[in-house]
Amino acid sequence: MNKLLSKIEPSGIRRFFDIIERFGDVISLGVGEPDFQVDWNIREEAIYCIEKGATRYTSNQGLLELREEISRNIVKNQKIYYDPEREILVTCGVSQGLDLALRTILNPGDEVIIIEPCYVAYKPLTILSYGRPVVLKTSEENSFKIDLDELKRKISNKTKAIILNYPNNPTGMSFSKNELKEIADIANEFNLYIISDEIYDKLTYDRKHITIAKYIKEKVIYLNGFSKAYSMTGFRIGYICCDEELLRNMLKIHQYSMLCAPTISQYAAIEALRNEEKILRKILPEYKARRNYVYKRLNEMGLKAILPDGAFYIFPSIRSIGIESEKFSERLLFEKRVAVVPGNAFGEDYKYNIRISYANDMKKLKIAMDRIEEFVKEILKLKEEIK
Amino acid sequence: MEDELLQILESNPDICPEDLSKILNKDKKEIENKLKELESKGIIKKKYIINWEKIGIDRVYALIKVKVSPERGRGYDKVAERIARFNEVRAVYLISGEYDLEIIVEGKSLKEIASFVSNKLATLDGVKSTVTHFILKKYKENGEIFFEEEKDYRLKISL
Ligand SMILES: Cc1ncc(COP(=O)(O)O)c(C=O)c1O
Repeated sequence: MNKLLSKIEPSGIRRFFDIIERFGDVISLGVGEPDFQVDWNIREEAIYCIEKGATRYTSNQGLLELREEISRNIVKNQKIYYDPEREILVTCGVSQGLDLALRTILNPGDEVIIIEPCYVAYKPLTILSYGRPVVLKTSEENSFKIDLDELKRKISNKTKAIILNYPNNPTGMSFSKNELKEIADIANEFNLYIISDEIYDKLTYDRKHITIAKYIKEKVIYLNGFSKAYSMTGFRIGYICCDEELLRNMLKIHQYSMLCAPTISQYAAIEALRNEEKILRKILPEYKARRNYVYKRLNEMGLKAILPDGAFYIFPSIRSIGIESEKFSERLLFEKRVAVVPGNAFGEDYKYNIRISYANDMKKLKIAMDRIEEFVKEILKLKEEIK
Repeated sequence: MEDELLQILESNPDICPEDLSKILNKDKKEIENKLKELESKGIIKKKYIINWEKIGIDRVYALIKVKVSPERGRGYDKVAERIARFNEVRAVYLISGEYDLEIIVEGKSLKEIASFVSNKLATLDGVKSTVTHFILKKYKENGEIFFEEEKDYRLKISL
């Protein structure tokens, strides 16, 4: 067996699955994918593709037509240009994009800075690429902002890259223009790549998302996909934009390990980009309303949370309750039939946070918030009585 | 706030003022006043959509195209108003193309609608001809789709 695998722990979340399945009436706030269905224009395009037989391999890099749409989309939203012929690669989701990026840039023993709390794949994928994850922690007290001096201290002569994710899973926090510029300066100074996972970029609620590629395009490996804004999780489709030479090397891996991203999904993705405005017009106000509602409810019941900039997560603190999040989540599930994800799934330090996903309709969110409030009240009352 | 409020109401028609006040970070009283204002201005209107068929009560609907002669000074409006005033008529549209008006009529039976068309509608001053299509089945109405809701295929927990 590959020795690296012994360093990778299976996800602890599995345990919860079985419990949820056993009860029928659970409201799950633990879901990392949108509740909105894939727009019918997109599904219809996928069906049409199968009907007409557009079901063959595409070029390794992906359909040129799709790459051109992606390029246009980035110009429209971010005012930067990636050449569809040389700087864009279509992947099986951001998941594969991350894997390709890390495998392409790392030599054994190279270090990658990972900012916690973060999405669960960054560390294992770094390890599997013979890299060494170096964790930079952010904290609730500092609104999960990066301490730039600490970031610099984490950089060694082995450091190859920093992985950024904004809006962030699990906190929903994003970076401001200034923060992005400052991080870009550091990457420039120390000659580091920035792997920028911007999969939630379209789901930004109070301002426009800005990519760090605006400030140091040549060092950025820009990752994005169709899973979140278009709900196309099962289509397994995303893309990488980066410097031409880097992309050529990524293609060496991609052509043999994946050949190409699923053809039907590629055609569906073209349709998604062509319907972007219509789709976002429908979902953004709804996500924003839910975010505001959940934020308010949690803070009112004493679970302090920071207002997320985007994505569909909120990461409240449960410190005031005095139970660690694994226990909290388990009891909440057993006693109130609400599923959430314990904070330590996103970094070992976050034992007093839970991740709540608001990818659920308002009615369900309301019931779930009522149940959590009840739960919190009961625990606090009991604590009071014991005293 | 008005745009945002209206958007929320459209997708959550039965949301209460208290929840709206949390979403919009406004006083509950302020939201209630705003709702009253929107209602009195005719910007929002609450209405139940009842699926009579579900409890076995039949309703028959017909889509009727009407050719009319427009009137000097008021165009199609006058005859359209006369048609619209009938309780049986659920909708009236001025349309482009071969016909002038398209109306939707509701009744208890085919006979009732047929009688409405021949006795009331066709005999109206200004109505030149009509063509009636009975509605056999409804698949979608006012954005509401009458097929089974799609199942939620998501895993209960994913990171
Ligand atoms: C931050 C982040 N990156 C990447 C992914 C994976 O996305 P994809 O479906 O494109 O592989 C997820 C999915 O939850 C995510 O939250």
